[in-house]
Amino acid sequence: MKIAVTSTGKTIESSIDPRFGRAPFILIVDDDCNLIEAIDNSTNVNAMRGAGIQAAKTIADRKVDLLLTGRCGPNAFTTLEAAGIKVGVEQSGTVREAVERLKRNDVPLADKPNAEAHW
Amino acid sequence: MIVAVASGKGGTGKTTVATSLAMVLGNRAQILDCDVEEPNCHILLKPTILTTDAVNLPVPSVDLQKCTLCGKCGEVCQFSAIVPIGKTVIAFPELCHGCGACSMLCPEKAIQEVPRNLGVVETGMAGPLEFVQGRIRIGEAMAPPLIRAVKTQISGDKFAILDAPPGASCPVITTVKGSDFVIMVTEPTPFGLNDLEIAVEAIQGLGIPMGIVINRSDIGDSGVKDFCRNKGLPLLMEIPHHRRIAEGYAKGAPLIESMPEYADKFKKLTDDISMIIGIPSKGSSL
Repeated sequence: MKIAVTSTGKTIESSIDPRFGRAPFILIVDDDCNLIEAIDNSTNVNAMRGAGIQAAKTIADRKVDLLLTGRCGPNAFTTLEAAGIKVGVEQSGTVREAVERLKRNDVPLADKPNAEAHW
Repeated sequence: MIVAVASGKGGTGKTTVATSLAMVLGNRAQILDCDVEEPNCHILLKPTILTTDAVNLPVPSVDLQKCTLCGKCGEVCQFSAIVPIGKTVIAFPELCHGCGACSMLCPEKAIQEVPRNLGVVETGMAGPLEFVQGRIRIGEAMAPPLIRAVKTQISGDKFAILDAPPGASCPVITTVKGSDFVIMVTEPTPFGLNDLEIAVEAIQGLGIPMGIVINRSDIGDSGVKDFCRNKGLPLLMEIPHHRRIAEGYAKGAPLIESMPEYADKFKKLTDDISMIIGIPSKGSSL
């Protein structure tokens, strides 16, 4: 399984960024938390609108199965749903901690957006 | 001749200046309220509305039966308003700016443009004065296309007065663009100065000549005047914080009705502007 995690830095010990579309980095990791890719999301951070949609497209292009983040707005959620990507929300701490929680089945999966647009 | 009345700060007196300026010109003028989120010239001018036209933006609608998921529409869209993803294409009409590139480039002709309502443009008469206003649909964020629709009513042979929204962002720039002159209305307070500096910087980028009107000119400090002097901006008029003006405004009366002696000052204002931009204010050449 490929997992995308929104992050403040480039390593799995970095803190999670609770924002999906505007996180500085999106890390792609495998089940065992090995880093596959650290995506620089900086162009999206300052986007006027549509940041969540673009970020969703970016991880869909990489055939990600599941996203771990803090909050996910309506447009991003619609896009992720269309791409068949599950969304684990309300995550904090480090990237590694979130992936470990996922393995323990301790991550709530969203069935709808958990943030307003432009939060 | 097109004159936009703008200001950085809200509530400085744009509408007061725009309406009185238009009223002294009478049948030689048209007033266009471009503050489409909160149009208020009508309160002072009490026009009779004669036409109401819906303004729509063309947004994409995708026929997934025809779509081959080639991705061209998503590549060309700068606003993520159409996104091919997974086995589908999602359109986000509220992000669409209506450029039409996606439907034009679709090789399968799978994208149709459907109208999304932004608001209305209304036209009418306020006495001898031609009146135009835009009213945005409640909840709509896309003001510039509606403002452009208001501006299509500029007749060209009249003195067009545009009442701009406050601020210095897209709706202001859309309003002011193409004008011959911008009147900046401000108040002589640190708040007025702060927002004036931002707005002047924005308008200077467009290269349109500007002049300043100071409203409530006998309050506050000298900061605005110092700024005008340093920037070489002509101070066109000062309107004092007069009880009769405030009382008239509170009842929805135009400034030149509550203070008829200001009619001459506003006539002079049109002459001064004409002189600055080198277009005669009288006669048929307007």
